[in-house]
Amino acid sequence: MSEPTNLQDDGFVIAGKTFHSRLLVGSGKYRDLEETRRATEASGAEIITVALRRTNVGQTLGEPNLLDVIPPSKYTILPNTAGCYTIEDAVRTCRLARELLDGHKLVKLEVLGDKKTLYPDVTATLEAAEILVKDGFDVMVYSSDDPILAKRLEDIGCCAVMPLAAPIGSGLGIQNKYNLRTIIENANVPILVDAGVGTASDAAIAMELGCDGVLMNTAIAGAKNPVLMASAMKKAIEAGREAFLAGRIPRKRYASASSPVDGTFF
Amino acid sequence: MNILLNGTAHELPENSTARDLVIQLGLADKRLAMEVNREIIPRTTYQEHLLCDNDKVEIVHAIGGG
Repeated sequence: MSEPTNLQDDGFVIAGKTFHSRLLVGSGKYRDLEETRRATEASGAEIITVALRRTNVGQTLGEPNLLDVIPPSKYTILPNTAGCYTIEDAVRTCRLARELLDGHKLVKLEVLGDKKTLYPDVTATLEAAEILVKDGFDVMVYSSDDPILAKRLEDIGCCAVMPLAAPIGSGLGIQNKYNLRTIIENANVPILVDAGVGTASDAAIAMELGCDGVLMNTAIAGAKNPVLMASAMKKAIEAGREAFLAGRIPRKRYASASSPVDGTFF
Repeated sequence: MNILLNGTAHELPENSTARDLVIQLGLADKRLAMEVNREIIPRTTYQEHLLCDNDKVEIVHAIGGG
């Protein structure tokens, strides 16, 4: 009777802060800022990734800013290093983000290795993570689904490790459940699936595997109705988490009747 | 004097500070971060930071991203 039944109590901790939504969302690829705002709201996410880019000097006077629709007072902003292919660019981006967000230390590190797959450059990722951790950043790191790499990133001091489920933006779903399971079993920091989710069932599967959360962008922003998909993802994450906590039945080859065999009158 | 602002040549009056630049651009109250010649200039020091001819200035902000 004392089993947890209220997800409100089921928080997870990143860099000393407790979060209740296990869905983390990106803010890219939306039609406009109003859609960004509505989808973010519908997702129930507390952590929202943003990118850093040059300000368009000139014609942008009075134009609404992303951080007006996802205010740092309401959300935990997670600046990313998307588009960085070198250690130097990634570290530089994080330092600019820290200045932009008034000393904010939480960053999403990704050092990409290849434009076609957007797979991480794992050796560069390790080096960049080391520099950033030493520099006082709380590093949530995008990685491949390699259990050894995940452990190394944890050992360096990353506050969360975020293996891909499939290539960024591919929507292919969870491609290597067994690696993810191994990563989760070995981890002492939160493990979040980052990238590859296509639809709600993918998110639920990730959570059923025991992930602490899922970070996604394209699956929501690229849906025909992003606000509705954001709501679907929120439910899938919660359903998957509850199923993980509830403990699924073992798989059996043959049937097992649900109605009693005793007492039949035929 | 001329600076390179976000990769493009940009003209500024002599002795302009970082603060003068953001005012000139209409970005004074915006949330941004600035680098001059790869060094981050903290917002609190814009007023004192004198820009020089040929400085490479980057002004960045947050946009949508995953």
